[in-house]
Amino acid sequence: MKKISKTTRSNIVTYAMVILAFVIMQSLIAGGQVSSALKGQLVPICVYICMAISLNLTVGILGELSLGHAGFMSVGAFTGVIAAMSLQTLPAPARLLLAIVIGGIMAAVAGVIVGVPVLRLQGDYLAIVTLAFGEIIKNLLNNIYVGVDGHGLHFSVTDSASLGLEGGIVLINGPMGAVGIEKLSTFLAGVLLILFVLTVTLNLIRSRSGRAIMAVRDNRIAAESVGINVTKYKLMAFVTSAAMAGMAGALYALNYSSVLPKKFDFNTSILVLVFVVLGGMGNIRGSIIAATVLTILPEALRAVNDYRMLLYAIVLILVMLVTNNPTLKNGWNVVKEKLAFWRKKTPVTAEKGGGADE
Amino acid sequence: MNLLLNLINGIGLGSIYAIIALGYTMVYGIAKMLNFAHGDVIMVGAYICFCTMSYLPLPGAAGTILGIILAMIVCTVLGIVIERLAYKPLRSAPSLAVLITAIGVSYFLQNSALLIWKSDPRVFTSVVAGWPGLELFGGQLRISAVTIVTILTNIVVMVGLTLFTGKTQKGKAMRAVSEDKGAAQLMGINVNSTISLTFAIGSGLAAVAGVLLCSAYPTLMPTTGSMPGIKAFTAAVLGGIGSIPGAMLGGILLGIIEIFAKAYISTQLSDAIVFAVLIVVLLIKPTGLLGKKINEKV
Repeated sequence: MKKISKTTRSNIVTYAMVILAFVIMQSLIAGGQVSSALKGQLVPICVYICMAISLNLTVGILGELSLGHAGFMSVGAFTGVIAAMSLQTLPAPARLLLAIVIGGIMAAVAGVIVGVPVLRLQGDYLAIVTLAFGEIIKNLLNNIYVGVDGHGLHFSVTDSASLGLEGGIVLINGPMGAVGIEKLSTFLAGVLLILFVLTVTLNLIRSRSGRAIMAVRDNRIAAESVGINVTKYKLMAFVTSAAMAGMAGALYALNYSSVLPKKFDFNTSILVLVFVVLGGMGNIRGSIIAATVLTILPEALRAVNDYRMLLYAIVLILVMLVTNNPTLKNGWNVVKEKLAFWRKKTPVTAEKGGGADE
Repeated sequence: MNLLLNLINGIGLGSIYAIIALGYTMVYGIAKMLNFAHGDVIMVGAYICFCTMSYLPLPGAAGTILGIILAMIVCTVLGIVIERLAYKPLRSAPSLAVLITAIGVSYFLQNSALLIWKSDPRVFTSVVAGWPGLELFGGQLRISAVTIVTILTNIVVMVGLTLFTGKTQKGKAMRAVSEDKGAAQLMGINVNSTISLTFAIGSGLAAVAGVLLCSAYPTLMPTTGSMPGIKAFTAAVLGGIGSIPGAMLGGILLGIIEIFAKAYISTQLSDAIVFAVLIVVLLIKPTGLLGKKINEKV
């Protein structure tokens, strides 16, 4: 029998964790032990997990900061809504699948349009351009009107009256966002999307391309000098990441009856970035856990609701200080090693970076 | 005449952006970090000034002047405290870590403001708003007092800052640190106190910008600072981040573009146009209009 490598084992644990969580949740729902508030959070949790994995590919694996990830999410969300709502004849699961696929494709197209010029820039400049891009998308979506009737889709940039609909429905109504959406998303679909996104990401990281992407992250000049096409691999990671964000966006939009373009602003991008950072940059499993915990946490913290975001900010600052300040970091490592010893395991330092650095 | 009026209004708005952008650009030049919390320092400054004017019943201009002075003091102290607690421990950390800490600080300030001052918008009534504006060409061209005061303040700040960085010892130290931290330290410059001084000046200017911003657009909310902050940051990048004349140029250009886009193209799309200009400029000149090109050494 072939020996299973450490990375494969780590990946299997990640998949198993998601499936186990799904099975447990399903049995709890069947047993009627889940509050309706938590039930409503299930699809958003799946969406944020996908967003966190997707952003981790850009920030953790590619090493470029993106502050406009919600932009791709909104491209996917709005194109997904158009696709799902204009194909009324198909059965619901097929419409959802189609919406997610189209959302992903359109977000990938947006990723190429943004990525080709922008990935030439470096560091903070790239970050500010992704931020600008996110704001542009939000602004444009505030001014787009889409409707559907017997003749097909109608587009307008002035108002919903100028669509010239003949008895059809308005799908996207400018600043009012996407309206009258049918709720097609299910928890099962969310979990399947997580598994799909996980498979794509983990396989990409372990492939030849993935190693090239990480080489670019670690030292761009060295990678370039051994013949790696930096722009190509940067674009590959960026577009994959954008496509996955678009898919998550489509799933998100089809979970509500209406979605505002304002929902996908700078703050949403930052929220997802927080998941990635708290979970550990480059650590996919960490992203999943962080996204789940931090989406449920606000529900659990209802009692201190006013102080919720304040606590959030303090936790974020403290985590960054503890993990990056040399003095504090040493102290933290000592604690971690003691814990590891106590659990009769190898020191934690040996498995730094999770499955990503094999 | 309309064109001229729009141009002057654009310069007025641009002056506010320029003063905010100075804070971003100085901190970036010296500490190589994007201080995302800067926009929220503006908001704090505006609230301090608002509270002084509302709770201390001083007549007319005295309240405003006291408010501005208090706001500047509070923001300067705030800037130094933020730098000490959140950024200084990360001096040697990767830039992404510092950036995320800055975002954390920004959240912290916004949510503290939300707890202290609540979320309902306050109407900021500046004493300047009551002053008569300037009428030119027999009343055809009316420039509001707020715009004039803003532009004048901007000129004073620019001249002051240019003299400070060019003539004084502290200012020269600041330039030296931004050029080469190690060499500056060897020359006997206290790098840490110079960085603190930069934060102090940047935050003090943020308070001024906050008061000017709320005089021109009189709604005050805990999120008031974030959009102007993002735009001023864009202005700093547009002019070339790290360059003081760049911040001035970028800010004023951005203000003019925004007002012109609003007047002649579309009100709703003005933000998209502003950001699109930034992207185009960065693609042609990746380090901004007045930014220095840095060659990579291996």
